[in-house]
Amino acid sequence: MFFYRKPKPWQGREADVTPRALYINRRQIMAAGGAVAVTGLVGCGGSETEASTSAASTASSTAAARQPAPPSGGLQYAGTGYSVPDPLTPIDAVTGYNNFYEFGVDKSDPARHAHEMSVDPWSIEVDGHAGRTGRFALEDVVDFSALEERIYRLRCVEAWSMVIPWIGVPLAGVLQQFEPTADARYVAFETYLDRREMRGTRFPVLDWPYVEGLRMDEAMNELAFLAVGLYGDVLPNQNGAPVRLVVPWKYGYKSIKSITRISFVSQQPETAWNKAAPNEYGFYSNVNPNRAHPRWSQQTERVIGGNLFNRRETEMFNGYSEQVAHLYAGMDLIENH
Amino acid sequence: MAKRAVLRSFGRHWLKPLTFWLLALPGLWLGWQWAMLLNGQPHALGFNPIETTHRFLGDTALRILLISLAVTPFRDITRWLPVMKVRRRIGLAAFWYALLHVAAYLGLDLLIAANMSVAGMFAGLWEDVAKRIYITLGMAALVGLIPLAVTSFNAMVRWLGARRWQQLHWAIYPVAILAVLHHGFMEKGNQPMPWIHGGILALLLGYRLVRSARNRSRPSPAAS
Repeated sequence: MFFYRKPKPWQGREADVTPRALYINRRQIMAAGGAVAVTGLVGCGGSETEASTSAASTASSTAAARQPAPPSGGLQYAGTGYSVPDPLTPIDAVTGYNNFYEFGVDKSDPARHAHEMSVDPWSIEVDGHAGRTGRFALEDVVDFSALEERIYRLRCVEAWSMVIPWIGVPLAGVLQQFEPTADARYVAFETYLDRREMRGTRFPVLDWPYVEGLRMDEAMNELAFLAVGLYGDVLPNQNGAPVRLVVPWKYGYKSIKSITRISFVSQQPETAWNKAAPNEYGFYSNVNPNRAHPRWSQQTERVIGGNLFNRRETEMFNGYSEQVAHLYAGMDLIENH
Repeated sequence: MAKRAVLRSFGRHWLKPLTFWLLALPGLWLGWQWAMLLNGQPHALGFNPIETTHRFLGDTALRILLISLAVTPFRDITRWLPVMKVRRRIGLAAFWYALLHVAAYLGLDLLIAANMSVAGMFAGLWEDVAKRIYITLGMAALVGLIPLAVTSFNAMVRWLGARRWQQLHWAIYPVAILAVLHHGFMEKGNQPMPWIHGGILALLLGYRLVRSARNRSRPSPAAS
């Protein structure tokens, strides 16, 4: 095609410009990583020689365990070994290109309108088969003194992907504190709903409120994560503030945003997209290049912020087979999509 | 009196070139944004420029098609006849944007997904048309536009004769319905925009149904 070009100067230019927030963030990771002596941060070291040396020089003092205060609403967190070799998606794309239909169906709508949602104070209703149920303040659900960072791939069902540094806590620990009983075979989540604050919900795009769910063993998997921040700061509203799920081996819509209810249930719960189009969106929704969406192929994906003229091969379980494949041993993943 | 003269002069000298440039504007804008993008300059194509391009060209084609269907009602209501002189070029512009829409899908999606293999691109096209209902509908709409675009020249109108030309061009009604369905089946969930496009189309087609029913009940000869 006349507008196709081989990789050219402009392509590299994008990567040269490191967003300020990313730069600050990398220093934090380095400092945290050095102090807590966690495993290597693949993909974050790269060519940041200057940042890593400065981090190393401060890492010896105990003060280095505390991160330098980020500009606003910054979070204290530890680094982890959860990372991927691919470059991080620039923060303006992570916070400016969102599917959060409660604020409109255009990718730029959430960034425009999500500020209308009030997220402070925030509480979560916990019900169902658990020892501790009732309404809990966010601070009592998520231990903000034990936050960690995980760099995960995000694969949207629309065949695009990002790499995002989340801040949060493992989901398993959060769920265990509610003492789920043996009858709790699944866990269901519900997104906040307020028609005045969430203008997209005035039209029945989906059957509001948005609901999602996981099998209990999926929820207890080490990868399942409850995020309260990204790129070192608290979550912007458009990314699901103040607390959202991150299940990186599943399509993005499973990672439900702005969670207001957690229910321990015995039957497989309904999920928002499955109700809207059961043949297109199954309960499991594991990333699977071999199972095409009825309206498009899932074999490749467009990397947001990456080379426009190159698509990435989509991996089974989004590249997390090692951690999650055993959950589905013996299951037909085309049938149970 | 002066107002009427101005209107007549506008209809005679300005309407056609003005319409041409207005119709070209979305394409020029898109080309400009891509030039900015490829040169590493700030642009308005967002974080997924290819998706933005598909949506922009598809929306533009469909909306221009709806405008072309609004020309006759506009004439009937305002009784300003010169507007009929631009109806054909509005319809033709819808075809060009639809063609660009398909070209972008072939070049920016299928060709890249097939690792720049042209054979792979057409294999992908065939797979999509056969398997994916919204692409089947969209492709049917484009195919339906082709005979209309081919017969859009004065010579063709003369060769066919006004009556047969008009009958052929009634195909625009099913094409418009296919295009709206293509949009509706493409979106995830129950989104408002296909309903808005569909509602406008229903009004435009409904107007014609009512008018032809009235004309039949009245013996007086009616204009197109």
